[in-house]
Amino acid sequence: MYDFLVPPRRGITGAEPAMPTVDEPPREAGAPRAGEPPQDRLAAVAAGREVEAEVHDSVLAEPPVLEVDRFNLWYGTKQALHRITMPVPLNKVTALVGPSGCGKSTLLRSVNRLNDLVQSVRITGDMRINGDSIYDPRMDVIELRKRMGMVFQKPNPFPMSIYENVVYSLRIDGETNRAVLDEVCERSLRGAALWDEVKDRLPESALGMSGGQQQRLCIARAIAAEPEVLLLDEPCSALDPIATGKIEDLIQELRGQYSVLMVTHNMQQASRSSDYTAFMYLGRLIEYGATTDIFTKPVLRETEAYVTGRFG
Amino acid sequence: MSSDRPARRIRSGHAMLTAHGEPWVWLTAASLAIAIAMIVGLLAFIAVRGLATFWPVPMERFTLADGRALLGEVTEREAAVTATQQAVGHPARRLVRTGDFDGTGNHYEWIDDTAITAIAQPEWATVVERAEAGRLHGVPKRLLHGEEVVAEGPEGVWAAYRQEHPNARSRALRAQRIDKHDRGELQRRLRAARLAVVQAGIDHGATGTETAAAEAREKSLAETIGGLEQSLDEETARLRGANAGWVVEFETPSGGVAAVPLDGIVRAWQPNRLSLGESLGLYFSRWGEFLADDPREANSAGGVFPAIWGTVTMTLIMALFVAPFGVLAALYLREYAGRGPITTAVRVAINNLAGVPSIVYGAFGLGFFCYVLGAGIDDLFFKASLVADGQPTFGTGGLLWASLTLALLTLPVVIVATEEALSAVPNSMREGSYACGAGKWQTIRRIVLPRALPGIMTGLILAMARGAGEVAPLMLVGVKKLALELPVDGAFPFIHPEREFMHLAYLIYDVGFQSPNSQAARPMVFTITFLLVAIIALLNVAAIWLRSRLRRRFVAQQF
Repeated sequence: MYDFLVPPRRGITGAEPAMPTVDEPPREAGAPRAGEPPQDRLAAVAAGREVEAEVHDSVLAEPPVLEVDRFNLWYGTKQALHRITMPVPLNKVTALVGPSGCGKSTLLRSVNRLNDLVQSVRITGDMRINGDSIYDPRMDVIELRKRMGMVFQKPNPFPMSIYENVVYSLRIDGETNRAVLDEVCERSLRGAALWDEVKDRLPESALGMSGGQQQRLCIARAIAAEPEVLLLDEPCSALDPIATGKIEDLIQELRGQYSVLMVTHNMQQASRSSDYTAFMYLGRLIEYGATTDIFTKPVLRETEAYVTGRFG
Repeated sequence: MSSDRPARRIRSGHAMLTAHGEPWVWLTAASLAIAIAMIVGLLAFIAVRGLATFWPVPMERFTLADGRALLGEVTEREAAVTATQQAVGHPARRLVRTGDFDGTGNHYEWIDDTAITAIAQPEWATVVERAEAGRLHGVPKRLLHGEEVVAEGPEGVWAAYRQEHPNARSRALRAQRIDKHDRGELQRRLRAARLAVVQAGIDHGATGTETAAAEAREKSLAETIGGLEQSLDEETARLRGANAGWVVEFETPSGGVAAVPLDGIVRAWQPNRLSLGESLGLYFSRWGEFLADDPREANSAGGVFPAIWGTVTMTLIMALFVAPFGVLAALYLREYAGRGPITTAVRVAINNLAGVPSIVYGAFGLGFFCYVLGAGIDDLFFKASLVADGQPTFGTGGLLWASLTLALLTLPVVIVATEEALSAVPNSMREGSYACGAGKWQTIRRIVLPRALPGIMTGLILAMARGAGEVAPLMLVGVKKLALELPVDGAFPFIHPEREFMHLAYLIYDVGFQSPNSQAARPMVFTITFLLVAIIALLNVAAIWLRSRLRRRFVAQQF
């Protein structure tokens, strides 16, 4: 009877005792069937039923920079995102957490339409950045991507000098004014807390930097174009603890200046760095609220079980 | 529970060959060693045979039991293997280069050791390299100028020869240059004027005023050229007259006398008198002639400069064609084309194209480039030549068609290598670029191509190495046994893509197997082979150097 409770990767058996069958939240939408533990949303999700997300009022009160609106995504015939609806607040850091394969990165890559490059992807629903529809057929995807910056799991500096890496987005726009380029380069590198380390070796190859420096260079590159949203896809997963600490400090500094949407596997990182946290599971948004609420008094027991490390 | 499990036996590592695997290390190492030995052996063989050709070898005079005498260089020895072999009349013997083609019709002769009654190393034995009729071995006897004996006896003749020969030879070369080059130039101008008349006739009719004007121009040019030719005649007559009567007489080993005109001697030397320094000087002067001069005597002597020039220009023009086409095709295939059965089919077809025998490309080049494209070009632009003397311009083999044929032949190599190089560029780089708002072409140009460039260059190097050594298709599309007019030279318009050309690889085949004189040319075969290998190596080294430069530039881009 509990067979379907086992998620694809790791069993949630350890979390079972922590999910009592009483205390059903009143806002439960997925109608439980007779004989099943009604409050167990994870089980319901695994069974493929609709489950309404638990979105806190604190999120809805914030002015949004990005609105995800009933967004579905399929890889071929496999549905990877189910009716995601979430606003991303302006000039705040929003963390996406959840077990592997839950669609966090897919959601992030849908924001700047990198998923367009995958042939089999199909979507319904929409997203809006500052009110402009992202998936509108009239939207120029290149224009769109220039309004966002993205940092990937593994540092991916381009095979060129540090300087050229930072001003890349200006170069492809045809900017040739040296004064402008120099100004942007310095501002971006300062913004990425890298200026003091590399200001004397800007013409050197970016491939000769350490991993942490490379990742901060990627952040500098992403903020060089003054993006409306900064997308961070597990920016620290390939870094050692010291480099991770520096990136986290940097995210703290970006807070308030940039709207950041960040995927992370690291609960401590989410609780330290973000203002809001969204918990996803198997392609669905489960709970979304202020980080302090999610980590200290989540509405759902499933969220608590995940953020305290009892499963996932 | 645990008692049900089958017992697992831990085997000693020494007993398990597959675990430690030293034999496999030895097997793989041995394979590599054999491969290296074969390649080094090949190169060493070619280098030793090729480099030795021009080194002066001591001369020996053999007196034979049957009364004959030979003067020559021993080039090979064959030992009698067993006593019985000796008993049945197979004694040790040696191969002597006698240089007695005039007398015996052979350049080489096997002599049995048992037939030799005396061996001597005459001090004044001389090798005479003649401009015509090959080598002569003998001892200088007299130097004549008309009836007058200028010098007598080896020493005196040699001293006088050293004094007179350079002038006589340079006069002969000047006369030769006038005949071959200056007169050819006049003929070309005359032919151009003739073609202009024919062209005017085609364009305006035989009675048009333009035709008449062209005819008048031809006439006046013919008069001018007649005058010029007369002065050339006088010049050559003067040069040849100055040389006439100068004759060197050599005593041949059989006791006869061979007279050689002084200006017909390319060079002469006494191998038994040479010091090491003189030997070196002679060696390099012969290399110099080999690299810089035109061939003589059905390619079996003289230089191979036209072939070097032809090989290099053809390879470079081929690279110029194949590089952009191959890279662009691979870019489309890897970066733009969707994944599907058609793409797969195209890819398979390209891979198969790499395995098509090269002569097939030659047949295609002849059938399409020469007979269709070339004939079309002739019909449109060079009709006059066809009408005037039935000579095709582009409608026959030539440098352009040969380069295009080889470009086609090497295209699959470039496409496959470029595709490999492109797929080795990590996707994260492309995504990073797209995320910055770059378009597809911007990403390819700024990120993908620079990253893939070393790999693309590697493909190009492979293609050049393959193209430079190809013979079969070239025989059909423009390589000739002898083509002294270079496809790229100082005459306007400097590049003559329609001209036929010479090629080192074809020269190896021609000199080694097609020459009426292939025996004498045998040392040349190895020298040309060595030269071909050296040139291909040189082209590759140049490309590798370029690759490392590009790699440095693109990885650490300065601003």
